[in-house]
Amino acid sequence: MTAIDLARLQFAFTVSFHFLFPAFSIGLASFLAVLEGLWLKTGNGVYANLYRYWLKIFAVVFAMGVVSGIVMSYQFGTNWSVFSDKAGPIIGPLMAYEVLTAFFLEAGFLGVMLFGINKVGHRLHFAATLAVAAGTVISATWIVAVNSWMQTPTGYLINDVGQYVLRDGWFEVIFSPSFPYRLVHTVLAAYLTTAFAVGGVGAWHLLSDSGNPGARKMFSMTMWMAALVVPVQIIAGDAHGLNTLAYQEPKILAMEGHYQSSPQGAPLILFGLPNDQTRHVDYAIEIPKLGSLILKHELNAPLAGLDSIPQNMWPPVAIVFWSFRIMVGIGFAMLGIGMWSLWARYRKRLYQSPWLHRCAVLAGPSGFVAVLAGWATTEVGRQPFTIYGLLRTADSASSLAAPAVATSLLAFIVVYFAVFGAGTYYLLKLMAQPPHPHESLPDDTLHGPTKPAAAKALVESMT
Amino acid sequence: MNAPELTVIWAGIIALAVAIYVMLDGFDLGIGILLPWFAKGEEREIAINSVAPVWDGNETWLVLGGGGLLAAFPLAYAIILPALYAPLIAMLLGLILRGVSFEFRHRDPKHLTLWERSFTLGSFVATISQGIALGALLQGISVTGRSYGGGWWDWLSPFTLLCAVSLVAGYGLLGSCWLIFKTQGELQKRAFALAKPLSGLLLAAIVLVSLATPFLEAKYYARWIGAPGIYIAGVVPLAVAACAFQLWQSLVQRKELAPFLYTLALFALCFIGLAISIWPDVIPGRVSIWQAATDVKSQIFMFYGVAITLPLVLANTALAYWVFRGKATKEGYH
Repeated sequence: MTAIDLARLQFAFTVSFHFLFPAFSIGLASFLAVLEGLWLKTGNGVYANLYRYWLKIFAVVFAMGVVSGIVMSYQFGTNWSVFSDKAGPIIGPLMAYEVLTAFFLEAGFLGVMLFGINKVGHRLHFAATLAVAAGTVISATWIVAVNSWMQTPTGYLINDVGQYVLRDGWFEVIFSPSFPYRLVHTVLAAYLTTAFAVGGVGAWHLLSDSGNPGARKMFSMTMWMAALVVPVQIIAGDAHGLNTLAYQEPKILAMEGHYQSSPQGAPLILFGLPNDQTRHVDYAIEIPKLGSLILKHELNAPLAGLDSIPQNMWPPVAIVFWSFRIMVGIGFAMLGIGMWSLWARYRKRLYQSPWLHRCAVLAGPSGFVAVLAGWATTEVGRQPFTIYGLLRTADSASSLAAPAVATSLLAFIVVYFAVFGAGTYYLLKLMAQPPHPHESLPDDTLHGPTKPAAAKALVESMT
Repeated sequence: MNAPELTVIWAGIIALAVAIYVMLDGFDLGIGILLPWFAKGEEREIAINSVAPVWDGNETWLVLGGGGLLAAFPLAYAIILPALYAPLIAMLLGLILRGVSFEFRHRDPKHLTLWERSFTLGSFVATISQGIALGALLQGISVTGRSYGGGWWDWLSPFTLLCAVSLVAGYGLLGSCWLIFKTQGELQKRAFALAKPLSGLLLAAIVLVSLATPFLEAKYYARWIGAPGIYIAGVVPLAVAACAFQLWQSLVQRKELAPFLYTLALFALCFIGLAISIWPDVIPGRVSIWQAATDVKSQIFMFYGVAITLPLVLANTALAYWVFRGKATKEGYH
């Protein structure tokens, strides 16, 4: 393996690990804000308990997100210094804005959110939760703007030392053509990932105690999300796909497995084995004309194939083809669970449907898989470029020495699996506990059960 | 194209972010380094609780330093980071280990010792790496064209190791002084006992680094030893001496807040000394801030952002410290 292969592997590894945590913490922060808001509004102690229950989980997820995120902000420089030099004037400011408007907001109020529950008033505490939740979404917005500019660069000039610099206004850079679609699709993905994780935990506890009020509440809330938001996400995904067709045709052709042009309407290839050598999807199962219907909204619309594009501009077809199918498959499975829950709710059997609960438990981690698969689709799909059409990945790296990159990659793998493996184990341990009426706080575990002050506040809130 | 005045302002902003980072994360890294000296159980618990609500905010300044360097001086970012490859990766891994230990020790009382050890190990590795990185920057980085031109072990030298030891002493001192301020009883006594040898060690390290620096680069020599330079530069060593004396006095008199403030002042003076050495370069002797600066439009866009948000960030940080004011206790902050 060359140094660049190793650097790409290292980036893929560290960013994939990292992405899992914000995907969860964006959703959890908003979920916690909703829970605290409902508690303050209704005074129903179930919300307060669920808040405490998920706050402990949020603390662990957030810490892992922060530390794995710092790695990203330095890795651009260590491994991808040519990219950093060239793209710095455009993406640097957006990332600086992310730090200034999101990270500091989150960090400043996180301490109050986690440790200040009995230290500050309800209102300030709720404000802290809202600030953290807003911070996670603001952060997502900036980083998606960066990513979208790299996918569909607009509003730039190239200066005399080869850097991309601003042409007219920042609006054009931030609102690059794929940004609105990508932002909606990404944030909804984070919310759904969280909804299914929370719903899976609720379902797990309903299976052993269908009367647990906390488990009932979280299952019900997240199944509303599944029923209402999954369809929206599918529409958003479709719109994002059409946008990709307009700006990154090779990616869509790889996703669909279209090696050959189809002048008379393209089929929809459901499954098969893409083969770059023969330029053909082997053992394909396809539905005639449906591809054109989806992408062009017309049965006989002609659709170009990868054969119309030089092969050195192709992404790795098989990875994109399969990761896309994994994402879409999970999306439709989520839709199924959402619809099933509506039916069960209508029949007033939402909490007494063991098979629905079993499927929801199974779907608990599905959002994480879908997020990674979607990420792989869009990131591998824009290869061989880091900045689409402008800067090739092979030309983006630092002058790296393979042994140095190999060593650091190995160190990342060892530390990540040890540390985040332990973290995942602790998360599962927390989730395995059913929510109970005297939920402790993030820093309570070492000192036994809930402290008198907290317990008192809780009893007051429940009466 | 960049605007020369804005470039200076941006150099100031990045320097400020790094300085704030060093002072704030310095004391919580220091507590990680000193943890083995505290009694298991309550003492360690209180020491860690005294920084648990603020460490994440402290570390955000490091992200601002890195992200800001990319944004304001992309060329410097593209040269310095590959040059410091190994120490930076080690720092990141150390920060990971340390950051998660804050949470994991709550989640797993059975393996408390394991997570306290990894807290210390991570803090120690991060500190050493930062010291080495600073030393490597100061001793010079070779540049070819628009990229790093040196080898993979250039960062390792007696001077960089000296810087690493200095930073361990410095962060340790910051940590012990923070604990003097935030705790009472046995733990505070222990912090006082640690602060004295650490301040001696730090002072010795400062003297050694200061003596070695002028000989690293001809330019440094001219600044620190040459005729016009020394009249301005000479003030810094005098101020360091005065500060060190005051620090020692405050430790002897068992003042609670003063030792922390004097240590911060010592850090600030070292930082000023550093700035005197390398100004107006961002990579000493090779790349000036104006050569590395980003495009003027990027400078202006970010300048507005900083002008609006930095006061809010500082207010927000102050609020976080204010909410958790007073002595830290075993019960976290309840």
